[in-house]
Amino acid sequence: MAMAVPSGAGATTAARSRAPAERDRKVAWLLVLPYLLVFALFVVYPVLYGLYLGSDPKSYTKLLQDPIFFSTIANTVIFLLIAVNLKMLVALLLSGFFLRPEHWIRWLSVLFVVAWAMPSIPTILSFRWMFNPEWGMVNALIFQWFKVEGPGWLTERHYGLFLAIMVHIWKSLPFWTLILLAARMQVPKEHYEAAAVDGAGTFQQFRHITWPAMRGIYLTSLLLSTIWSLGDFNSVYLLTGGGPLDLTQVLATLGVRYLRMDQIDVALASVIFAMPAILPLVWFMMKRLSNPGEETAK
Amino acid sequence: MNSLAERITVWLIGLAVLIWTLLPIYHMLLIAVAPADKAVASGILPQYFTLQNFQTALGARHNLVQYFWQQLLNSVVIAVGTAVISLAISIGANFAITRLKLPGGRTITNIALLTYLIPAAFLAIPMYRTMGLYGLIDTPWSMIFAMVALASPYAIWVMNQASAKIPVELDEAARIDGATPMKLLWYVYLPLMVPTIVAIGIYALLLAWNEYLYAFLMLSNERQLTLPVALGNFLAFDDAPWSLLMAAGAIYALPPTLIYYMFRRYMVAGLASGAVKS
Repeated sequence: MAMAVPSGAGATTAARSRAPAERDRKVAWLLVLPYLLVFALFVVYPVLYGLYLGSDPKSYTKLLQDPIFFSTIANTVIFLLIAVNLKMLVALLLSGFFLRPEHWIRWLSVLFVVAWAMPSIPTILSFRWMFNPEWGMVNALIFQWFKVEGPGWLTERHYGLFLAIMVHIWKSLPFWTLILLAARMQVPKEHYEAAAVDGAGTFQQFRHITWPAMRGIYLTSLLLSTIWSLGDFNSVYLLTGGGPLDLTQVLATLGVRYLRMDQIDVALASVIFAMPAILPLVWFMMKRLSNPGEETAK
Repeated sequence: MNSLAERITVWLIGLAVLIWTLLPIYHMLLIAVAPADKAVASGILPQYFTLQNFQTALGARHNLVQYFWQQLLNSVVIAVGTAVISLAISIGANFAITRLKLPGGRTITNIALLTYLIPAAFLAIPMYRTMGLYGLIDTPWSMIFAMVALASPYAIWVMNQASAKIPVELDEAARIDGATPMKLLWYVYLPLMVPTIVAIGIYALLLAWNEYLYAFLMLSNERQLTLPVALGNFLAFDDAPWSLLMAAGAIYALPPTLIYYMFRRYMVAGLASGAVKS
């Protein structure tokens, strides 16, 4: 190819650099190809196939006629509203606590992360046995201390849902605390010093310095956590199994329940049914996360 | 300034955090060291201490832990396989997108991000059926591919952010010296990306080790199960042997916890910066 190029230094350089550019592009496509294959085979195809399997209107009729469907929707909404907001609020407060200068608090923060670092199955099962109404430690202690029978933690809908929320928070609180702690550490110390000189108290410092700096990342975390919590299968399934009488099912466990009953079309209908609520969230998150340098925690 | 009231409040918060964090773990160990027929915790302090449950689990001396070592091995194979393949795939993709400036790289990053935002429990259902079509059900490959599909988008995204911090001038200087793309990858890119690669590798390893739902759906033969599914199956019995379950659970939970703490520095720096852009 270089032979055909007329003499002249500039032209030769251009030809020489064009050849590597083409070679680069080939190498680049080869390198990205495995990911594209995995994406096509294990994400795109399942999603399209799922949409196809869930496209029969009869599945939706079956879904809507299932008496537990609406309690499941209610549970999911309650689970998300309470679990996500409570978790993020506590994470916000704890991230401030872990910034304190005491040396032992640093060690506590290292230990605190263990809930997130450990696999969730053994600890959820531990919660399950601890709250077993007949044999568990909690009701045994309630009886010892107060001489009354403890509540049926896992056999009543509201307690079951409440415990699932608690277990979910136990597991994911450290992660979000770390995220918010990282954001807090980026706020320049001088701002606080200046505010203290001006006589601002803890609350005023939070309101005028910390919160404005963290609002962006707090909202991002809140939405991301909402999407992920929607997919939390373990906290409900391993704790209550969706029971009693399927009254603590959430959308994440309902689909799997239909799948186990060999009703994959209804399972997919329940997932597709949730899409109008999820897609705007996902779209909003995509916009927030994909634009570099857009408003964030600074 | 550090008044007594403030110090007491701080101590109380610290104590609450400590109890909250450790209670379920402590309870797990408390039950694990109780004799098989005394798995009922009637107090906070341990009343028994026996290692018999750990011996039963490790010696596979109970129906429910019959394949303990095989299942542990399955968990290891799936976790290591996921980590290695996720790393290979996402390093390739990230290098092509950020260093070789692949046209359309931004689109690929965005579709990766989109995968990251799908709730995992929802994707599991069609994924299960698809794995059946591919004939991978009840093999470790179904889990490895599913976990790679879930881990690599996040890996690519975190790597994109780390890679953006490597100055372009380094690549240009190497290019002038005649470096090919592969040399660039090996001598310039990889050495500078080591911390991120460690963080991502551990992330993928732990993701696959900890996964319950996908394994629960895709593996059913007892010899193919991973440990978490085998533990979950204890519950199918009316009177599950809870002390054995807690002992086996503790053994299963130990390796990832140790690995996490060994690589804590990388994990916190790499993942916290990537999970939510800061």
